[in-house]
Amino acid sequence: MFKLNDMDSLIEVGNLVKVYSLGEMEVTALQGVSLLVDRGEFVAIMGASGSGKSTLMNILGFLDRPTSGQYLLEGINGENLSRDELAEIRNRKIGFVFQGFNLLSRTSALENVELPLVYAGTPTSKRKETAQKALSEVNLKGREHHHPSQLSGGEQQRVAIARALVNQPSILLADEPTGNLDSKTSEEIMGIFQRLNREMGITIIMITHEPDIASFAKRNILFRDGRIIDDHANSARAVAARGGGE
Amino acid sequence: MTRLLASLRIALRALMVNKMRSALTMLGIIIGVGAVIAMIAVGSGAKSVIAERIASMGSNMLIVMSGSSTSGGFRFGSGTVPTLTVEDAKAILSEIPSIKYVAPTLPGVAQVVYGNQNWSTSIQGTTPEMLDIRDWPVASGRSFTQQDLDGATKVCLLGTTVVENLFGGIDPVGQIVRIKKVPFTVIGVLGQKGQASFGQDQDDTIFVPLPTAQKRLFGMQFPGMVRTITVQARGPEVMGEVEEEINAVLRQRHRIQPNQENDFTVRNLTEIMSTAQETASVMSLLLGAIASISLMVGGIGIMNIMLVSVTERTREIGIRMAVGAKGRDILLQFLIESLVLSLIGGILGIGIGVVGTLILSSLTQWPTLFSMQAILLAFLFSGSVGVFFGFYPARKASLLNPIEALRYE
Repeated sequence: MFKLNDMDSLIEVGNLVKVYSLGEMEVTALQGVSLLVDRGEFVAIMGASGSGKSTLMNILGFLDRPTSGQYLLEGINGENLSRDELAEIRNRKIGFVFQGFNLLSRTSALENVELPLVYAGTPTSKRKETAQKALSEVNLKGREHHHPSQLSGGEQQRVAIARALVNQPSILLADEPTGNLDSKTSEEIMGIFQRLNREMGITIIMITHEPDIASFAKRNILFRDGRIIDDHANSARAVAARGGGE
Repeated sequence: MTRLLASLRIALRALMVNKMRSALTMLGIIIGVGAVIAMIAVGSGAKSVIAERIASMGSNMLIVMSGSSTSGGFRFGSGTVPTLTVEDAKAILSEIPSIKYVAPTLPGVAQVVYGNQNWSTSIQGTTPEMLDIRDWPVASGRSFTQQDLDGATKVCLLGTTVVENLFGGIDPVGQIVRIKKVPFTVIGVLGQKGQASFGQDQDDTIFVPLPTAQKRLFGMQFPGMVRTITVQARGPEVMGEVEEEINAVLRQRHRIQPNQENDFTVRNLTEIMSTAQETASVMSLLLGAIASISLMVGGIGIMNIMLVSVTERTREIGIRMAVGAKGRDILLQFLIESLVLSLIGGILGIGIGVVGTLILSSLTQWPTLFSMQAILLAFLFSGSVGVFFGFYPARKASLLNPIEALRYE
């Protein structure tokens, strides 16, 4: 059904279908989506709510399984993997950034960032060091021991980004990362994304419904009713004024 | 190992966040473990008192008593007609290998006089084996020797009650007392035994060599006559067997036909005592069981709180799963949490139980006894309560769907 045709492709999605059954009713969230994402891309997925973009994100993040079709991440097919094996893939290959930050409250920024390393079994001393480095990459040096409640929204999202990056994943999946932030802070976050993409070659797939935010990405994909209706390189790409510097 | 340590830290922190709730949950276990400790201490205290009394009477002991007789249709009680002899005692010892000691005894009551003091007490004509059987040391002076038995010498051993009543402060060893007007030299004083389980004062007695009692104090209706033969078996397991063998030996020696009744009675004293001990065991088991119920209720409290905690922290579980926590990581985290709750509760409960028991026993004068095993058992029990009642909530948490958990508000 789906042929491995491009060795450079990080993500290969072929004819992906996802059907939810809500009691008697069946809702088709994805109706045959195919997509290739190469290493080093920065993709923004746009679409109205209910267009299936979040469903795709869950499948790309190995949080959910497709009803049919195929998804390969670095050639790995999650179809026949157990819950625990999927957890391990999430741990090693995927970094999540959520709209609501999803940090553990009453837990310091450093410990939040350490979390993926805990589940990877990294020794304590190495864990601290790596987490500290990740925090300084998002310009949060000195804020390590603050709890989420003591940090601003932008700072919290930066902690979440550090957490997503700490295990050096193959891909960063961001679901409405600026949805809870003001425009100034949003631009700051986009600046960080652009810098990570440019300097470290991190592949980013980001969901957003704001065209402004999508304009920071290199490639824009538009969803409607569970289908991709537009997919183009972003020629008029905006460059974030903030957050890009060291 | 790293993961285990990390899980432990996460669990401790989660408990610290809800201090009040954790403390109240622990309270159930504290009360449960405390109750178990206290009840077991009370139960084993009672058991040890009974065991002590048994030991003071002599362990694995049987008493053969001269039998009843029938005369013109009247049947007399046991001991009324002397039927036993020293020879019977010797035969029992030589023919039954599982017997350790025999002590043929001829008892009586007599007035004892020293100086201007007199005292009526029980006189037991017996052999030195009696002291071995009853594990009764001579506190000062010496015991009988074979010469005393062979020569029927007029020597005696005094119980402490007799010493108190006759001698006041004087050292009785070497003094002369008169028993039934016969002068006896005191060669020793017996150690203090205290009350027997039925309340009689075991120290109100005088021991004299059996032949002396037979020839000089109480007389004999036939040669070698004794009233009782005290027998000690080699162990508790052979008691029944020994009882049967004594019956067989004596029936043969006394030429009793198969259809005739025994002219003697064998009493197994240990049996009576072990019944008492069994009662105490059942009591302490019952007390422990009732206490365990409160521990169970404590466990249900843990389960309840852990279920609330899992629901409350659904989103946290979702986050952990998204960043790579496996089912067993989540399971372990919550299991450790309930285990920590129950073990800390267990430790505090042991403290409360011990202190409570000490207060109880000082207020009521009840005998209590702590054993390391009971404390360890209660601790392990509380731990297993934690695992048992923590497992269901932990498993529930580990099986959550990460997407739904992340969406949970």
